[in-house]
Amino acid sequence: MSGKGLYILKRLLGAVITLAVIATLTFALLRILPGGPFDTEKALPDEVKANIEARYGLDRPLLEQYLNFMSGLVRGDLGESYKYVGRSVADIISEALPVSMELGLMSLLLAYIVGIPLGVFAAARHNSAFDTGAMLIAVSGVALPSFMVGPLLISLFSFGIPFAFLQGSLPPALWESPAHYILPVVTLGLRPAAILARMTRGAVLESIHQDYVRTARAKGVSERVVLFKHVLRNSLIPILSISGPLVAGLLSGSFIIEIIFAIPGIGKHLVQSVTNRDYPLILALTLVFSMMLVIANLVVDLLYGFVDPRVRPEKSGSGG
Amino acid sequence: MAADGELLSDSRSSLPTERLGVWLRSLWASRAGRRFFANRAGVFSGLYIIILLAIAALAPVVAPYSFETQNIDRLLQGPSAEHWFGTDALGRDVLSRVIYGARMSMAVGLLTALVSLVIGGVYGAISGWLGGWVDSLMMRLVDILDSIPSLVLLILVGVVFTAYQPFDNPELRALVGILLALSVVGWVSLARLVRGQVLQVREMQFVESAHAIGAAGSRILIRHIAPNILGPVVVMLTYQVPANILFESFLSFVGLGLQPPYASWGVLANDGWRAKSDPHLIFFPGAALFVTMLAFNFFGDGLRDALDPKVAKSR
Repeated sequence: MSGKGLYILKRLLGAVITLAVIATLTFALLRILPGGPFDTEKALPDEVKANIEARYGLDRPLLEQYLNFMSGLVRGDLGESYKYVGRSVADIISEALPVSMELGLMSLLLAYIVGIPLGVFAAARHNSAFDTGAMLIAVSGVALPSFMVGPLLISLFSFGIPFAFLQGSLPPALWESPAHYILPVVTLGLRPAAILARMTRGAVLESIHQDYVRTARAKGVSERVVLFKHVLRNSLIPILSISGPLVAGLLSGSFIIEIIFAIPGIGKHLVQSVTNRDYPLILALTLVFSMMLVIANLVVDLLYGFVDPRVRPEKSGSGG
Repeated sequence: MAADGELLSDSRSSLPTERLGVWLRSLWASRAGRRFFANRAGVFSGLYIIILLAIAALAPVVAPYSFETQNIDRLLQGPSAEHWFGTDALGRDVLSRVIYGARMSMAVGLLTALVSLVIGGVYGAISGWLGGWVDSLMMRLVDILDSIPSLVLLILVGVVFTAYQPFDNPELRALVGILLALSVVGWVSLARLVRGQVLQVREMQFVESAHAIGAAGSRILIRHIAPNILGPVVVMLTYQVPANILFESFLSFVGLGLQPPYASWGVLANDGWRAKSDPHLIFFPGAALFVTMLAFNFFGDGLRDALDPKVAKSR
């Protein structure tokens, strides 16, 4: 087997171990909590409670519960939700995850399309008014909390806007038609776009004064080609290294955005399942989110070698 | 750098204050100090942070009203001379609540950075110093914690810490719960940084000389290595403070952090979001958060450029 295949295999094995440890830690964390999922304000009769707990296997010894949970995981059985009676966790997730991923993918696209060119042009006109302006916008984008941007956008487009033709033109919430996507995607994409713009600018500034750039210019290559082919290509490593966490964060959606815009995604379930003590759902969601992060980091590490052949994947570390 | 000065001035015997004076003067004259004070955005941000800290500490004196005083005649009013930031749905003064919120948000931001520093610093130093299989094992744990998205980890750990603690006061409970949860998330990157730095510095010649004259390991770590890795650590801490403040407001916004009637910027934003039709309720706490995030970022940039001129040149 080639070195690369072996490397991927090793990383996948590591990922499985990591996820198993995370599952165990989360399981333990939930059982440490005082009170159980079926403690209600009005105390249930003891027999009723015992019956419910028996149904979900909560009356068994802890070790047995744990082994059942882990063997379920191996079989791909995530169990049944405590609060959505009769629905399997896999069912709930497969319904909500695509919505979150759709939202995340669109925001990600927006972030790369806006952020990278903004960073490149800012660096190309280093210290110009455009540079200062772009970086002011970028710094603001990083510092603006999404729970402020979202509601303000909503109130702007529902009744605050001074232009009559725009008023009511964008439906503020819900997730039904593409027009509904615009505000949440902008709200969610703003921060990563700003981060990417700053990162790209820094990386481009590092490589723009290299000898090969001067050579390219001396050969008479057009400025656009110099920037986007010679300079950007050599600035991709730092951009890549923040992409892992960025992608994972966006694909899992942001639960703040989902709550503000009433989007039926997975983030809303995370908050609710913790409040509800819906153990199987919490565990599954934690694993899904962690898996996305692990996969995103693995892909980024593999891309390092692709972007810069001098980087051998074996040596690139775990890429935090 | 100003933050360091404050920390030191707490221990008030004549000798440390004298030493502080010398230290401050040498800081002013040092190249790093000069570079920092030449950065206007950084200096202004530092001033803003100091003023904000003072306002937060003196909240009961500075705020025009208490954070829970209601004025039933004036519900949900926009900004006016009497209530600069307007009133909320229960007739409480928003300015006063933003000031009290600053208290909670700053406390969370700073204390968390401190706790993360202690845990991460000790962990990273041990890992980097010992090296070998201990190091690999310790870093393996860090990798695993890093594979859980921070918001998920934060929510899970936050629930546990809020359930288990000795305090009865609900404000204190929420504060301690959030603080501990944020530290669990925050110490990881500090541990990584400190370990990397220790690995680098411990190979240097002055460490070798300290070994040669028979200095104990702990003494080398504290007297020789710690001062040499302080720069990047301080910079990272400065960046962690706003991140912590933002995380706290996220948690409070979704109802898993501080609960009303207590005020943090996240609680206030949530209030405003519920009120829907009154943008001023969400604008003012959001703006306070925004300006504070900017200030810490600029302050951090200033520190970084001052302490690491290599980076500064390329920017």
